[in-house]
Amino acid sequence: MNYSVSPGAVAIFICFVISVLFISFYFARKTKSATDYYAAGGSIHWSVNGIAFAGDYLSAASFLGICGMIATYGFDGFLYAIGYLAGWIVALFVVAEPMKRLGKYTFTDALDSKFNSKGIKLLGAVSTLLVSMFYLIPQMVGAGSLVTPLLGLPFEAGVVMVGVIVIAIVATAGMASTTYVQFFKGALLITFSLILTFLVLSRGLSTSPDKVDAPYHNLIVLKVSSISDTSVKLEDSSYQVIKVIKSKTKSYVKLSKDNVESIWTINAPKNILEETETITALPNGSKLYNGEPKENNKFFQVGTVSQIDGQIPTGATAVTSGSLNPFSLIAKISNSTVTRWGHEDIKDGDNHITVYYQNPTSGKDILSPGLKYKVDPAKGATSTNRFDFVSLMLALFLGTASLPHVLIRYYTVPSPSAARKSTLVAITAMAVFYILTLYMGLGAMTGGVLDLTNDNMAAPLLAKSIGIAIFAMISAIAFSTVLGTVSGLIVAASGAIAHDLMDRFFNLKLTDKKKVYAGKVTAVVVGCIAMALGILFKTMNVTVLVGWAFAIAAAANFPSIIMILFWKKTTAAGVIGSILVGLIASLGIVLFSQDTYSNVYRLVGVTAPFAFSNPALVGVPLSFITLIVISLFTYKDSNIKAVSGVVS
Amino acid sequence: MSHGPATQWKENKTLEKKKARLGVVMFIIYTIVYAGFIYINVWDSQLMRVAVGDLNVAIVYGFALIVLALILAIIYNHICTKAEKLTEVSGKR
Repeated sequence: MNYSVSPGAVAIFICFVISVLFISFYFARKTKSATDYYAAGGSIHWSVNGIAFAGDYLSAASFLGICGMIATYGFDGFLYAIGYLAGWIVALFVVAEPMKRLGKYTFTDALDSKFNSKGIKLLGAVSTLLVSMFYLIPQMVGAGSLVTPLLGLPFEAGVVMVGVIVIAIVATAGMASTTYVQFFKGALLITFSLILTFLVLSRGLSTSPDKVDAPYHNLIVLKVSSISDTSVKLEDSSYQVIKVIKSKTKSYVKLSKDNVESIWTINAPKNILEETETITALPNGSKLYNGEPKENNKFFQVGTVSQIDGQIPTGATAVTSGSLNPFSLIAKISNSTVTRWGHEDIKDGDNHITVYYQNPTSGKDILSPGLKYKVDPAKGATSTNRFDFVSLMLALFLGTASLPHVLIRYYTVPSPSAARKSTLVAITAMAVFYILTLYMGLGAMTGGVLDLTNDNMAAPLLAKSIGIAIFAMISAIAFSTVLGTVSGLIVAASGAIAHDLMDRFFNLKLTDKKKVYAGKVTAVVVGCIAMALGILFKTMNVTVLVGWAFAIAAAANFPSIIMILFWKKTTAAGVIGSILVGLIASLGIVLFSQDTYSNVYRLVGVTAPFAFSNPALVGVPLSFITLIVISLFTYKDSNIKAVSGVVS
Repeated sequence: MSHGPATQWKENKTLEKKKARLGVVMFIIYTIVYAGFIYINVWDSQLMRVAVGDLNVAIVYGFALIVLALILAIIYNHICTKAEKLTEVSGKR
């Protein structure tokens, strides 16, 4: 669909950027020592740090991705919200306080605190850089894809704009300005998600939703007078039947009216034709949207309930539910039928047509698992499907507390107890937010706002259907969401290079001042690399990459963090082995999985070495076992020696 | 360069150990509840569809996981803060 740019969104976004830059330059004058730069002087109040955690963690993937997935798949999208929040329990109960106690600037500090081992420094830094990069690419790609609909700029402009602003934030005042940017973004995101949810509930459900931006397109139904295998006759004579097209699963009819061609699905039991949406790729490379050029705006937004409590709209009168509360909305959807949309690629002569067809789904299916992840053997799920699902949920659970850009936030507060309290604030803020994602997602699913070509736009388009002011605000927040997360990642990466590698691994003995300088230079370099990768990976599916980052973090970092804290016999060699095996196993599985073969490399018909695509369930245990085995072989128990010394 | 913490605070080994043990216990409790959710999803997914009032098991269990995280976090923080205050008081005596 075409998006018209909202001047309000641009204005709010510019205001946000100006205040962010103002904060950065204000703190720049105060940022003198390495502690100031890498850990905001260790002086951030825990409540501010808690919201900044939320601002850091609620990336574009959380906000746009989860809302979009719930709007498309219902409950299965909500599984991500549950997993992302559960990860914070690990962070609070196990990691928060020791992390603060053991480290200074980076996660590698904490790993290395007992050992002073070169290998740990190197591998810790490598793992931080890898995970940060996997996390950075989707953020940059997200920035690029948001900037077109929201601010009317081309993809590359969005990536460069985010890159430049973030470099300005990080290179001026490091963690101090980053923290405040994330604090404001987190607070705004949660506040406006609350407002949006309230508006969704007060609008309620309708078979023909009220939209302020453009009227809802009521789906057309054509009555069939006679039907055979090769031809269809219609009651409405303004349509000409051109031909019947059969795919493997469905039968379509190509019609023409006023010289515009359209594709319809045959609903034989009801003797009707149902409307579809189509994107036709012509042999000359141009594309038609619902049979017309893109500028004509014929590609309409979809997604609504077709009946509520068994009531079907009659004629022009829509069925509406009136205002609802958080429980009655779910109860109403459970008793409704929602028109979801499936899609299929078909060939018509030389034209390739992507057909989006109606797929009425009962509310009970939407509110239960199974629409995205096939885990029920009764519905044809294989053991690989189930393995993948468990592995994904494990990666979300263990990955959070192993993400370097989350971990470094523990060094910005003054004490371990402040680290714990800020995690509590973060959990509270995110628990509220993740519950809201369900309502925003279901609101988008039933609000007639979905753009079938871009499910990441569900939340902003939902806001647009309710009011232009809230759309401007949500758009600006969506964009600044990327700023907050990217700046956190760049601080983490620059800490890994300047502190872990240059200062500690290569032992360059940097003075405090030089270390700040090195950090700033690395931030600029990492920022530029991120921009380049963002443009390079333009077409990559972004949620896939975020999943990889979690899985790699969980396998490479989590076992060593846990074992250092709770197993006295852990040795430096064990930690090195565990990070190495975790990285290799998870990266290897990801790069050689069937999913990557078919969707990333686009190798058609090639069987990959690994049928499953989520590596956590293999990587995490392997990494644990490696650590334990190597540690047992390399552990020298001083007590045993002392005792044997006495005996001899 | 020195490799100490960025800011100094009072260390108390017994308190740290107690907090860590409490953390592990609560972590295990949550892990069991989370694992139960995944188990039902994968091995008994029809159970997720069973109605609970106007809602169903999937929604109630999902919300419960989010709310439980919050409740456990509040309890953990409360106990730790209380213990920290107590040690502070006994330290001053």
